[in-house]
Amino acid sequence: MAKFKLPGEFFAKELHGYEFLPFKFHRLKTGRVFVSNIVGEWLVLDKQTFELFISSSLKPAAAAYADLRARHFLLDRDSGVAVDLLTVKLRQRLQHLRSVFGLAIFVVTLRCEHSCPYCQVSRQSDDRASFDMSTIHADAALKLLFDSPAQDIKIEFQGGEPLLNFELIQHIVLKAKRLSEVNGKAVSFVITSNLATLTDDVIAFCAANNILLSTSLDGPPELHNKNRPRRGGNSHQLAADGIARIQSLLGPDRVAALMTTTKASLSRAVDIIDEYRRRNLHEIFLRPLSPYGFAVKTNWFKAYDQMEWLQFYREGLRYIIDLNKCGERVIEVYASTILGKMLTSRPGGYVDMMNPAGIGSRVIVFNYDGYIYASDEARMLSEMGDKTFRLGNLSADSLADLVLTDPLLDAIEETVLESVPMCSDCAFQPYCGADPVYHHATQGDAVGHKAFSGFCNRQMGIFEELVELMDTDPEAARILSSWVRQ
Amino acid sequence: MSSVCTLIGDWSATDSSIVGEVVSREADKLTIDLFFGCARKSIIAYFQPPAAHLAAQAIALPANISHLSVGDFIAIYPKIGKLRILFRKASRSNNFLVTEVCDNYCLMCSQPPRNVSDERLLDEIIAILPRLPKDLHEIGFTGGEPMLRGEKFLRILRLLRDELPATAVHVLSNGRAFSRPDVAQSWANIRHPDLMVGIPIYSDQSDIHDYIVQADGAFDETVRGVLNLKALKQAVELRIVLHRHTIGRLEKFAYFVARNLAAVDHVALMGLELMGFAIAHQDDLWIDPREHAEALAQAAQTLHWAGLRVSIYNLPLCVLSPDARLFAVRSISDWKREYWPACSECSLRNQCGGAFFSSRQRMEPYITPIREHAASPNPGN
Repeated sequence: MAKFKLPGEFFAKELHGYEFLPFKFHRLKTGRVFVSNIVGEWLVLDKQTFELFISSSLKPAAAAYADLRARHFLLDRDSGVAVDLLTVKLRQRLQHLRSVFGLAIFVVTLRCEHSCPYCQVSRQSDDRASFDMSTIHADAALKLLFDSPAQDIKIEFQGGEPLLNFELIQHIVLKAKRLSEVNGKAVSFVITSNLATLTDDVIAFCAANNILLSTSLDGPPELHNKNRPRRGGNSHQLAADGIARIQSLLGPDRVAALMTTTKASLSRAVDIIDEYRRRNLHEIFLRPLSPYGFAVKTNWFKAYDQMEWLQFYREGLRYIIDLNKCGERVIEVYASTILGKMLTSRPGGYVDMMNPAGIGSRVIVFNYDGYIYASDEARMLSEMGDKTFRLGNLSADSLADLVLTDPLLDAIEETVLESVPMCSDCAFQPYCGADPVYHHATQGDAVGHKAFSGFCNRQMGIFEELVELMDTDPEAARILSSWVRQ
Repeated sequence: MSSVCTLIGDWSATDSSIVGEVVSREADKLTIDLFFGCARKSIIAYFQPPAAHLAAQAIALPANISHLSVGDFIAIYPKIGKLRILFRKASRSNNFLVTEVCDNYCLMCSQPPRNVSDERLLDEIIAILPRLPKDLHEIGFTGGEPMLRGEKFLRILRLLRDELPATAVHVLSNGRAFSRPDVAQSWANIRHPDLMVGIPIYSDQSDIHDYIVQADGAFDETVRGVLNLKALKQAVELRIVLHRHTIGRLEKFAYFVARNLAAVDHVALMGLELMGFAIAHQDDLWIDPREHAEALAQAAQTLHWAGLRVSIYNLPLCVLSPDARLFAVRSISDWKREYWPACSECSLRNQCGGAFFSSRQRMEPYITPIREHAASPNPGN
């Protein structure tokens, strides 16, 4: 047997120290330091190690040296693959730029039988055909979609309450399926509904066409009904019944629910989560109100600030993690979206948290009146009179006309986070999104000043919360890691 | 593995190997068609002492290959009086040794490399391939390092593509050759319908990997090899053997793979086989399986959560934590596999792949029957 060499002999003898690869850092409240790089690799270091590292004095024997090297914060002479791997990861993270219109929203009607004061889309109660999408517009939208380079299309039906125009949903689904067979494209469907008008016919149609349902559930009955008034005051009952029927007839994973946080929700995080558990819903999206539609007009949006919401979020997240520690698998969707970007090299697909912004590229909205918008929020804004992100009209414009409009391209270009003031220095930037529509709505400018951005405050609060949890509680770290599984 | 045999008659004209196929067997008497390395002819081989009226050429076979049957292929080495079974028809997975030469020199290599001139091994394989059953499920190639045989080895893969297109092909390679883009490209150009290369990476640290494979610079070449293959959409499996030098950073290694090499098609976390160099180094390499159960479970989960396909090979279910059992695969060949008397009391006995016979003694203290109902293995894949 030839002589075997010892471990030390394989470490480059003349290291001549190390070079830095680009990174950013953020001091945590705990005194420790969060470091991240352009592809989203990260580490938390104690202050002393961090200072040794940045003064080029960290020794290869230090425990953190190997971690900093493996996560591509430093480069030494022993290995040169860091640059190859950073290239691959960067390409992967930007992969979403290749797939256009992964999400196509059809607003089949703006009518609704609910009258929620926080409604962000300014629903109409009039039983008038002028708020329904026409078949001609629906067909034109499908043609545009299937003529586009999109390969994997998710069609989401929105409203108003889309089930009030169920005939059009049926028409679109059947036609989209025919088109997908002809064009070899994949298509899937989601109906976003309050379930108040859910019928057996709808369920049968969803079963036959593999359609997912997404609904609103704000919490226990009194909270939900206060947030979501309708004639009869039975919104919660109808939603809960609908959820149960879908779960038993279509399958436990065929319905998802979303909650919206109002001032009345703030003290009730645990009750809200328990309500989801009672309904066998194991994914909870703790969502703040957005500054659109009636939520602004009624001042509900201004009823609490981001700090209050963050307090609510922290309480909810801690409770969900405790449930997981006791063996019950419950996922908080906001966190899982961020964690997907923190713990894998996948691009995140959630439009609000994409960089560059996914408006008009990843998502496109066909409104009931034939106008086309760059995102769901863009059409909400338009109902308030601001048409900035209106891309065109189904009767007049070609695909190229729509996506090459200056307001859209400018907004996307200006908000690429790597070049946005404050974002460019932020260690959490790799996990964040641009959301130009939000900043346009709140500050009149797609970039905005992040110090005054509610979006930024909220995101920063969540990032710090998640990092501190993972840094201080290994069991919580395992639980959070498991949420990235898709 | 070769066996000693007795060659009867005049074999002196042959100084290289002769390849033959077993075409009939009656009790202990076999007919073997020799078709490569000499003039075509049939000869007799037998396990029992010869009758008086034997043909001019015959082989007396050793008892340890008494399973030799019709459809099997052997290579005979007249000069040294040995033979090797190249292919067993009844075996679920046949592995061909391509070469004993390797540019790695791994601490735990089960097939220690030798610096020999053994290109004849490839000629034997090329001779056999057209005669193999067309419905063959799977075929494997090992070394040494097959890619050190370059173009000649790729010729074998092209031959398989044409002769046995329905047969899955698995090649074990250290991946270093693929760091050259032209090599990766010629691999991709084969356009084999079902070809996978299994490549070992042992650490997220270059110096640890290079130490384990005893070759400076190997880590960078192997990583670049994997990247080049995946850029060409070639199927790649990563393999990591669990021992003292890989276990320390196992979870971090899993994270490194999930983050940097997520495009690979499969990751195998493999228990150590005490063969070859691993025997000599066992005191250094061996780790208490219970001690590393948690790290192994976390590594498998980290990969699984990130969306990779993961399997745990070569470890009995009772030394794995319940979270890890979901990934366990019955990977050890029947003839190398070991169970214990206590295993008959285990409720998971039928799902368990056992342990290597070679690690029987080392594993024994940790074998404990499981008395519960657990989930069926590997739903994640």
